[in-house]
Amino acid sequence: MNTPLNPINENQPPAISLRDLRVSYGEREILHGVTFDVQQGETLVILGGSGSGKSTLLRTLVGLERPTSGEIWIKGKNLATISDEELDHLRRHMGMSFQGGALFGSMTVGENVALPLKEHTKLEDPTIEIMLRIKLDQVGLSGYEDYYPSQLSGGMKKRAAVARALAMDPEILFFDEPSAGLDPIIAAGIDELILELKKAFHMTIIVVTHELASAFLIADRMVLINRGEVVAFGTTEEMRTSTHPKVRQFLDRIAEPAVSQELDYLQMLTEDRHGSRR
Amino acid sequence: MELAVQIGQSVLNALAYLGSLATLSARAAYYTLVGPFQGKPVRFQRAITQAMQVGVRALPILSLITFFIGLILALQAAYELKKFGAINFVASAVAISMSRELGPLITAIVVIGRSGSAFAAEIGTMKVTEELDALETMAINPTRFLVTPKFIAMVIMLPCLTIWANAMGVLGGALFGVTKAGFTFLSYINATVDALFLRDIVSGLIKSFMFGVTITAVGCQEGLATGAGAEQVGRSTTSAVVISIFLVIAVDLIFTALFFFLGGQ
Repeated sequence: MNTPLNPINENQPPAISLRDLRVSYGEREILHGVTFDVQQGETLVILGGSGSGKSTLLRTLVGLERPTSGEIWIKGKNLATISDEELDHLRRHMGMSFQGGALFGSMTVGENVALPLKEHTKLEDPTIEIMLRIKLDQVGLSGYEDYYPSQLSGGMKKRAAVARALAMDPEILFFDEPSAGLDPIIAAGIDELILELKKAFHMTIIVVTHELASAFLIADRMVLINRGEVVAFGTTEEMRTSTHPKVRQFLDRIAEPAVSQELDYLQMLTEDRHGSRR
Repeated sequence: MELAVQIGQSVLNALAYLGSLATLSARAAYYTLVGPFQGKPVRFQRAITQAMQVGVRALPILSLITFFIGLILALQAAYELKKFGAINFVASAVAISMSRELGPLITAIVVIGRSGSAFAAEIGTMKVTEELDALETMAINPTRFLVTPKFIAMVIMLPCLTIWANAMGVLGGALFGVTKAGFTFLSYINATVDALFLRDIVSGLIKSFMFGVTITAVGCQEGLATGAGAEQVGRSTTSAVVISIFLVIAVDLIFTALFFFLGGQ
C-alpha cells in the first residue's frame, strides 16, 4: 500500500511477513488480524500507546507467544506452525534487546555477552574472548566485561543487552522500548547506536517504542497499532503528513476524552471498531 | 452438586500440579542423563556453585538443629525408658529415629527454608525481569540452563546433608547418654552402631533423595509460574515453602509405608 522512499530493495522477499495475525491471552484477543511486511535491511518502528498490543506483537514476532491464527513468515518459516527445534534454530538469526536489559544478574557483562556463543557454537575460549571484545566495542562498552549488571547504569545495561543480542550476528534485531527510563542524552546515544548498527551491518531492525522523537529519527517505516489493529503503516514522511485521526492524535499527543461512564467507554469502543472497518 | 464440582475441580488442579512437577523433574533428568550425549552439556560449574549453596552453607545451622533434636529425642526417650529400667536403650532409640525419620525430615525442612525458597525467588525474579524470556529468545532452554543444575546439586547434597544430620543427632543423644545415662562416649557410639542396620540408613537416604527431587521441583515450578510484578515473587516464595513442606511429608508417608509393607516389619 506504500512505496518507501528509502533505499530498500523491494525485489527481495520481505524479512518478515505478517498475515492476519491474531493473538489471544486466554479468552481475550489482543491482536485482531495484523498484516504487514518488513523489508530486509529496513528499520521498522512499531508505535502504539500502552495496552495497544505492540508489546504482544513484538513477543509474538520473537516466538514468545504463539498466534491463535494467521501467519508470521521469517526466513521461509511460519512461526505459527513451527516446531520448537525449528524455532530454536531460527532464533539464532534473531537478537532481542529487552526493555530492562534482562541481563543475568549472576553473570558478568562479559559472561552475558559470551553466553549465546558458548551455548551455540563450538568456538574456543580465546576466539569467544575476541568476539566478546568486538561486540562490547561496537556498543561502546570496552573494558566493562568484568562488571556485574548491577554495577552498570541504565544506559550501559541497555548497551550490554544490545551487545548480547548482537553476539550471534543476527539478521534481525528486535528492540523493546530502547529508550524507556533513560534520560534524553542517554536515550539519544541508544538511537545513535541503532543507526550505526543499521549502517554497519544492514540488519533488519524492529523497534517498539512510544518515544516519537526517537521513532522519527531511526525509522524507515512505521506502523501504528491501536487496540490490536494496524491503524497506519508507511514511511516516516507518510506518517508525518497523514490525516488519519488516530495518527494525528498519537503524533500530536492529544489526550483521549475522559471516560466517565462504563457505558460511554463501551460505546466508544464499538464506534471505533466501526471506524476502523470502514 | 456445587460442592462435588468444587471438590472435583480441586482434585483435578492438584493432579495437574503434580503432573507439572513430574514433567519438570523428568526434563531435568533427561538433560542430566541424556542431554550431554546430544551435544547439550550440563552446566556442572553452576551445579557445583549450587551444591555449595544448598549443602556446605547449610552445615552450621543444620548441625545445630539436628544436635538439639538428638538431645531432645534422648530426653524424651529416657523419660519413658527410665520407667522400665531400660535407659541404656536411649542410644538405639536416638539412632533409629534419627536415621529412619528425623534426620531426612529435619534436613529437608532446613533445606526448604534455605534453598527451596531461594530457588523460587531466583527464578521468579528472573521471570519478572524478562531474563527467562531472554533465555528463550537466545534459544537456551530454561529447564536445562537453570533448573537442571539445581536438581543435580539437590539430589547429591540432600543425602550427604542427611548423613551429617544423622551424625549430629547421635552426638546430641550422646551428650545426654554420657552425662545422665552412664555411658562413656565410646560405649554410646558402640551402642549406636550395634542398634543400626544398613537398611535404616539406606531407607533414610532414599527418602532424602526423593525429598531433594520434590523440593527442587516445587521451588523451580513456583518460580517459573510467577506472575508479573515484584509482589508475585514473594507469593511464589511463600507457596514454594508451604507446598514443599506438605509434599515432603506426603512423600515421607508414602515411602515409610512402602518400606514398612515391603520390608515386612
